Amino acid sequence: MDSFFVRFKNSLVLIVIVLAQAIMLAVQVQRPKDGMVSGAPEGKHTTLLRYWAVSVMSPFERVGHGATFDVRSVWSNYIGLRHTHQQNEALQLEIARLRQEQAAFAEDAAQGRRLQALLAFKQQYITSTVAAQVIGTSGSDTARVLYLDKGSADGLKPDQAVMTPDGIVGKLRDVFPHTAQLLLLSDPTSGAGVVLESTRIRGILRGTANGRVEINNLTADSRIKPGEKVITSGGDQVFPRGLPVGVIESIAPDPLHQPYTAIVIKPDANLSRLEEVLVITGTDAVMPVAAQQDAAIADAAAQENKRAADVVAERLPSVNGDQPDAKPGDPPPPAENVLRGVPGIPNSGLPKEKPAVHPDKYSPGATPPADSLQPGAGPQP
Amino acid sequence: MAEHSYTSRRELDQYGFHSAVTLFAPLAFILLQAVLPRLWGPLAILDLPLIVVIFFAVARRDPIKGTVTGTLVGLFQDGLTNHPFGVNGIAKGIIGYAAASIGFAVDVENLINRIVLNFGFSLVQSGLLFLITRFLLGDSTIRLLPVHELLRAVCNAAVSIPIFYLLDRFRVRE
Repeated sequence: MDSFFVRFKNSLVLIVIVLAQAIMLAVQVQRPKDGMVSGAPEGKHTTLLRYWAVSVMSPFERVGHGATFDVRSVWSNYIGLRHTHQQNEALQLEIARLRQEQAAFAEDAAQGRRLQALLAFKQQYITSTVAAQVIGTSGSDTARVLYLDKGSADGLKPDQAVMTPDGIVGKLRDVFPHTAQLLLLSDPTSGAGVVLESTRIRGILRGTANGRVEINNLTADSRIKPGEKVITSGGDQVFPRGLPVGVIESIAPDPLHQPYTAIVIKPDANLSRLEEVLVITGTDAVMPVAAQQDAAIADAAAQENKRAADVVAERLPSVNGDQPDAKPGDPPPPAENVLRGVPGIPNSGLPKEKPAVHPDKYSPGATPPADSLQPGAGPQP
Repeated sequence: MAEHSYTSRRELDQYGFHSAVTLFAPLAFILLQAVLPRLWGPLAILDLPLIVVIFFAVARRDPIKGTVTGTLVGLFQDGLTNHPFGVNGIAKGIIGYAAASIGFAVDVENLINRIVLNFGFSLVQSGLLFLITRFLLGDSTIRLLPVHELLRAVCNAAVSIPIFYLLDRFRVRE
């Protein structure tokens, strides 16, 4: 018996170690209802083990991130400023255009808020965010996890939504005192409730093994087209409603889940090049004060624009001078000297020509009809 | 008393490492693996800790040490992912055992053998990870991507050459 253990010592050690880990796996994994590994935070003991591993790595990652950040800062603040003047001019133009758009949208937004209030609709506004920097990754392409330089000491909690100005990127999984684990949308255990912007079809977004983001719980629908925008639905209780997610890249039958289709989404945020993110730490049914002020300014601008348009309309007597009862916005009366336009005939709606003061052979109407002319005949006297 | 002939491979080629190298080399490569994909995403296809496990296993030629090293490195990697503890631990433990066992049979100083070893064990690890996730974790959504895994094996084999030469410098003949 003794010789058996000595002879198979190596194999026995391997079997014991593998068995111990298999039991450890069984203890950790709680099989969820849909048969998939959950992306939810884990138990206390597992989190503690993970905390030890992260605690060993994160100081080095912070130092590495700090060094690369300094180099990038030097580059971006001093060397990479060559085209700043042109960019500044372009941005000024962009701001002017956006201000005009904002004024145009303000009235629609105000109307939307009034309707939401009438319907007692529960809108969730983002009231507070924490900016965090990405300092490391899981190091594996099967686990799309990033590490942030902020943790529970900064007010972060598991299951909080994470976004960039472009769109959502994922949610927090395990949160440690000074570090947090960000589970990207492209991870197979990730998920988000979404709605297609124009068709209002709801779906569930999931990551795939090859790092793509898909909606795979919808059947074929001719209304769903590539290029349609996808936004959060708010139904998952993680992501606030209406945040941009991405656009539909392709639609194809899913051979593994018939009759469903695999709708591949191109995320608005670049998930493979994340540097800084915003963690949504607070939402409220009441619009935040800053947003209320912005909305009030936009409302005032819209009202001002409307008043200015009315004043201009009232001060243009030539438009409705011969009709004193006419109001701004009424269609103009038909003019007698204007030909009626015939659909399909170009220039048919142009004004009538005035009669010539001194008619000659070049005047319109002076040329005889073609059927009265003879071939070879000379010019008529 | 066990007798070894003067020319036995075990007696000639079994190496050890300073305890600092044993501790910090795997940690350094795990850290590098965590940082590199942040600089360029596709680098996540590499598995530097796997290469370190294979190197230590074939250099020491001790299956128990190979198993323990592989398990510890794998568990540490699991700690940085969202996988349950044990997925990489089991896979790398088995790889460590197998690499140490094969180290007796082949000349691991040979460049071609090193490339073939890393290529083969990378593929074996991909298969083990698939089996563990599919059957031990019961995740029916997992898919084995053959082309991707082949590419991973090629990349790991290519990167293993300089890493092996670097780590060779820390070997101490036992």
